[in-house]
Amino acid sequence: MRELPTPPPVELKDPDSWDMAVSYRLAESFVAGEELAAIADADERIVVLTADLKYSNRTVEFEQRHPERFFNVGIAEQNMVTMAAGMATFGLVPYVATFASFVGLLAAEQLRTDLAYPGLPVRVLAHHAGISLGFYGTSHHATEDLGVLRSIAGMTVVCPCDAASLRAALRQTVDEPGPVYFRLGRGRDPDVYAARLAADPGAFAVGRIATLREGGDLTIVANGLTVAASLAAAERLAAEDGVEATVLDAHTVRPFDAATLCAAAERTGAVLVAEEHNVYGGVASACADALVDAGVRARFSRLGMPADEYALIGPPTHLYKHYRLDADGVTDAARELLRRPGDPQGAMR
Amino acid sequence: MAIEQLAPDDARGRAALVRRETVRLVGVAKSGHYTSVFSCAELLGVLYSGVLRLSEDPDWEERDRLILSKGHCAVGVYPLLAERGYIAEEVLDEYTRLGNPLGDHPDMRRVAGVDFSSGSLGHGLSIGTGMAQAAKLRGFEDTRVYVLLGDQELNEGQIWEAAQTAAAFGLGNLCAIVDRNGMGLDGTTEETMPIEPIAARFAAFGWEVEELDGHDVDAVREAFERYRADAPARPRCLVANTVKGKGISWMEGSRTWHLGYLAPADAATAMEELDADA
Repeated sequence: MRELPTPPPVELKDPDSWDMAVSYRLAESFVAGEELAAIADADERIVVLTADLKYSNRTVEFEQRHPERFFNVGIAEQNMVTMAAGMATFGLVPYVATFASFVGLLAAEQLRTDLAYPGLPVRVLAHHAGISLGFYGTSHHATEDLGVLRSIAGMTVVCPCDAASLRAALRQTVDEPGPVYFRLGRGRDPDVYAARLAADPGAFAVGRIATLREGGDLTIVANGLTVAASLAAAERLAAEDGVEATVLDAHTVRPFDAATLCAAAERTGAVLVAEEHNVYGGVASACADALVDAGVRARFSRLGMPADEYALIGPPTHLYKHYRLDADGVTDAARELLRRPGDPQGAMR
Repeated sequence: MAIEQLAPDDARGRAALVRRETVRLVGVAKSGHYTSVFSCAELLGVLYSGVLRLSEDPDWEERDRLILSKGHCAVGVYPLLAERGYIAEEVLDEYTRLGNPLGDHPDMRRVAGVDFSSGSLGHGLSIGTGMAQAAKLRGFEDTRVYVLLGDQELNEGQIWEAAQTAAAFGLGNLCAIVDRNGMGLDGTTEETMPIEPIAARFAAFGWEVEELDGHDVDAVREAFERYRADAPARPRCLVANTVKGKGISWMEGSRTWHLGYLAPADAATAMEELDADA
């Protein structure tokens, strides 16, 4: 093989300079590699696969502890998913990790045909979902994956929004008999659950909507990135408008906890869904399905990627602001929804 | 209909069973794959005549695996599973009827003896790669994983993702078998989308490769015995040169009998030719 040059060491002068090693350290909420390594100490079934992204998703932390159970398949995501299916038939519990766009979309058929149809216990760590890769562009965005995954029979879809809930979600699903799709952010996700889970281990339960704040005027349904933003928005609405919002983290998109959503919708009469996904097919659609199926009437509004647009080029935080997925955006959308007239027949407030 | 019990090593008898039962079962369904089954009848016959390490328990963990990556040959495999007692004969007789576990493509959750559900071409070698790796992790040293591939299927990119991985991981317990019958649905492989040189392609990916006559039962058996005896450090690919539709003269090399239905009178003609050869 061709000899590769070995670069000399460099002393960087400006603390703002960075390389992948710095970026790796910043992805603090990517704790799956570390958590799985710990679980695997006592569970021989656990294996981890990645597709040339072990530093980006920090599964390298699993490799360091269990090198014999770590498989880097190179840039071959479809093969990775299907291989994991084969491994699962031998009693192993494989976790496959790569960008959401390259597994939730590129390998979607493998997720359906090789994992969900045979009902195999393979877990997918689909990270950098939504538009979190910013100006890397639409090829690297996944704003449709929930729409695809939500219609796959037998699939569990969970979106932990921070490190603590990711750890909890991994622990809670180790023995799940079928496949699980974990939709993750960019690894620099603000903490929501650490204190909540310390106080109450049931604060995050796969399959159950988490009620993070209670109020009678409005329900904000959040998921992933928008959880922290919605909590901040709710505090602002309380302080500035005297509006008390219920904030729900609809982290488990499939199966969907319709009962909790419908109860909140009936109590508040208004539902705003904020998600890092196309406004169709994702959490808002899951909520709309649940409300219609249950016959619950409420004012309803969706905040997400516009139906017929792909994202502008821009840094992630700027894009979130532009698409109103930050606290300002959620606050404004809530005000707009509450200004909307209620049910003309007076059934709604 | 009762499935005849054959001697454990009667590969020719099993190949004949595959062909006759395929004609019968496609007759039940009134639609199905003939020629793709006929090309691999000897391969299947040999595999189920002592090559595959199986037990009475179809779920025995350390058994050999056979992945039908060309899942459309399932109708030819069901009779062999019935002969083994994995499928009840009355279930076989109701092939493809509403609620029956047996469809044109095999379902591992519905059919004992099916090691993986298939039908979407291009997946099987990845399944086999994962299984072979898992067998090593589990310490199943005697377990071999066989993957039966179609030749036009080699157009699928995922095949080559798996091929590079199996070679890189040194999975000598994995054996791919290419049913080189020369045809896809639309015509010959070389006019639709060329796949030659198959042997050189696999060799270039780091596999050991052998070519053989896929209808020569002795040659096929010897190739499998050599594979097990060699216990190679690298995955092995057997390129089996076959004839699409082999066994029924007017189907051999046919462009139209990939899918079809022989109504009773024509099925009888086909059976006569199969019986004459037997």
